[in-house]
Amino acid sequence: MIDLLQLNNLSVGYTNGKNKTIVVADISLSLPRGCVVSLLGANGAGKSTLLRTIAGAQPAISGEVKIAGELIGRLSRHEMARLISVVTTDRTNAGGLTVEELVALGRQPYTGFLGRLDANDRKMVRDAIESVGITHKLHSFVAELSDGERQKAMIAKALAQNAPIILLDEPTSFLDVASRVDVLQLLHHLARCENKAILLSSHDVALSLAMSDRLWMLVGDSKLIDGQTEDIVLQGKLNHLFSTDNVTFDALSGEFVAKTDHNKKAYNIKGCDATRCRWIANALRRNGFVVSDDAKDTIDADKIDSVEILLSQIL
Amino acid sequence: MSSLAVVAIILAGMLLAVGTVDVPFEEVIKIVFGKSSSNKVWEFIIIESRIPLLATAALSGAALAVCGLLLQTLFGNPLADPSILGVSTGAGLGAGCVMLSMGTVISSWFGSMVGGFVATLIGAFIGAMTVMLLLLLFSSFVKSSTMLLIVGVLIGYVASSAISLLNFFATEEGVHSYVIWGLGNFSGVTLSQLPLYSWIVALGLVASLLMIKPLNALLLGRRYAENLGVNLNATRNALLTITGVLTAIVTSFCGPIGFIGLVVPHISRLLLHTSDHYRLIPATMLTGAVVAMLCTLLSVLPMTNGAIPINAITPIIGVPVIIYVIVRRNKIFYFN
Repeated sequence: MIDLLQLNNLSVGYTNGKNKTIVVADISLSLPRGCVVSLLGANGAGKSTLLRTIAGAQPAISGEVKIAGELIGRLSRHEMARLISVVTTDRTNAGGLTVEELVALGRQPYTGFLGRLDANDRKMVRDAIESVGITHKLHSFVAELSDGERQKAMIAKALAQNAPIILLDEPTSFLDVASRVDVLQLLHHLARCENKAILLSSHDVALSLAMSDRLWMLVGDSKLIDGQTEDIVLQGKLNHLFSTDNVTFDALSGEFVAKTDHNKKAYNIKGCDATRCRWIANALRRNGFVVSDDAKDTIDADKIDSVEILLSQIL
Repeated sequence: MSSLAVVAIILAGMLLAVGTVDVPFEEVIKIVFGKSSSNKVWEFIIIESRIPLLATAALSGAALAVCGLLLQTLFGNPLADPSILGVSTGAGLGAGCVMLSMGTVISSWFGSMVGGFVATLIGAFIGAMTVMLLLLLFSSFVKSSTMLLIVGVLIGYVASSAISLLNFFATEEGVHSYVIWGLGNFSGVTLSQLPLYSWIVALGLVASLLMIKPLNALLLGRRYAENLGVNLNATRNALLTITGVLTAIVTSFCGPIGFIGLVVPHISRLLLHTSDHYRLIPATMLTGAVVAMLCTLLSVLPMTNGAIPINAITPIIGVPVIIYVIVRRNKIFYFN
């Protein structure tokens, strides 16, 4: 079977005159259908550049991007638009369109010269709006939507575009926590139920770990690590994400934590209550202690009534 | 839309009936519908003067307003319009080159008024198209629309300073006729020129209707539009060409008319409550025609000899709208 999206020895970056800057080098992998893949990486690691290259908006430095077995350079604009839909957080001037009019723009690759919609187009627009759960906002102006609703409307536009691949560039960056979870749950649902291949770039590691099936991690030396989410966590590979010594990945909490040891002291926190242990560790790390299972000094979390008193004792 | 059309018809009737010479309204109707009138002077005034004036005002208003709309969508900027992009100033420079040199070198050759008029037209057209071509040239390597807008503003400044230099070295007579042209005037198209003028403007207006689909996609910004299958460069070039031709033809005949291109798209959006170009482009054409006719009516109302310059009236209508848009920017939905 031909993979939907296949990257072969792909290097991406940008050319400025004669200077070529490669940000991601020589990657070969494919994007699976039916799941959400999170593209993680530090600022400037090349997340957007990779997404733009896959979408055909900028040329690859070398290697090839194939969609359904065809090189993207050989696909027409309209064929591309029917295969890949894009969602960004770019500022738009679409405030004066209703949600229905905005989502209807997703039908442009299918409509004629003047862009008139037929009954089937209208049905697909309605269905897309229903899938993202904002049917009650059908006739609202885009300017009247909350940030989360606006992002859902853009996802509905992508659905109306009826492309098997959806690329999202930082889709949750302006959203509050509840809306972030909401949007990612929606994406996961769409991947499963409509068999979409969804690739999203994100800064929110914790959310990506919770909500995506695979991770594409852009790490130092222009490399990309591809793997199932939990496998990557358990193999300890997340520590490669940032090439700084300031943070370390805490596999237990699933978050990056400060790595400072200016108190030159390490503690091993023991206890039955995992929540208690986790938050005591949080307080110690913030105050410059190392928390490690190998440390000689042990803190029994079950015996700590007040973290405030504990800190006053050891600081 | 229908109420706008009614207003347009009423304004058209008033424009035909009002002027320095008092023509009874029944006679006006008679003459317009092709029946001969008892008074040949009235017939001459209506057919040779007021009908061209009305048609020119309506067509020019529609053309300038559509230019403003296309540029505002293309640049994603509520303050874009042909005069800001320097196309009008380019036309002014072209006209200035002809008018201001007339007084000196080729005065005898251009002795007849008609010859001078045609030369001015050609000069303005060349000037506008030159600025448009410069913008097209820059657009091939200036990718950001905001930067291109700034390039347009800069080209406008250079053209203005060239105009000032020309004025400095020109004769008093040349400066005078140039200043009059620069005040704006919809009576510059004669009955014999009207068919050509109408055809070119109509062509530009139809061409703008064909751009509705990419214009709507551009509301989402470049990346979204590209992803929807829009050829960004071809679209930008087409939009710049349409606005370039329309601005050039209007400016060369009527002088640089300000504010209509800037203000009318805002009025249309506020009236229709939409940014959807399917409805917005026709509405903008109609509103442009109405605003231009209104300005023309105000300019001929005093009924003294001669009319008030159009550019003395457009700011009175335009500035309050622009201030309203700027002040209420956060409340007006269509730029969020």
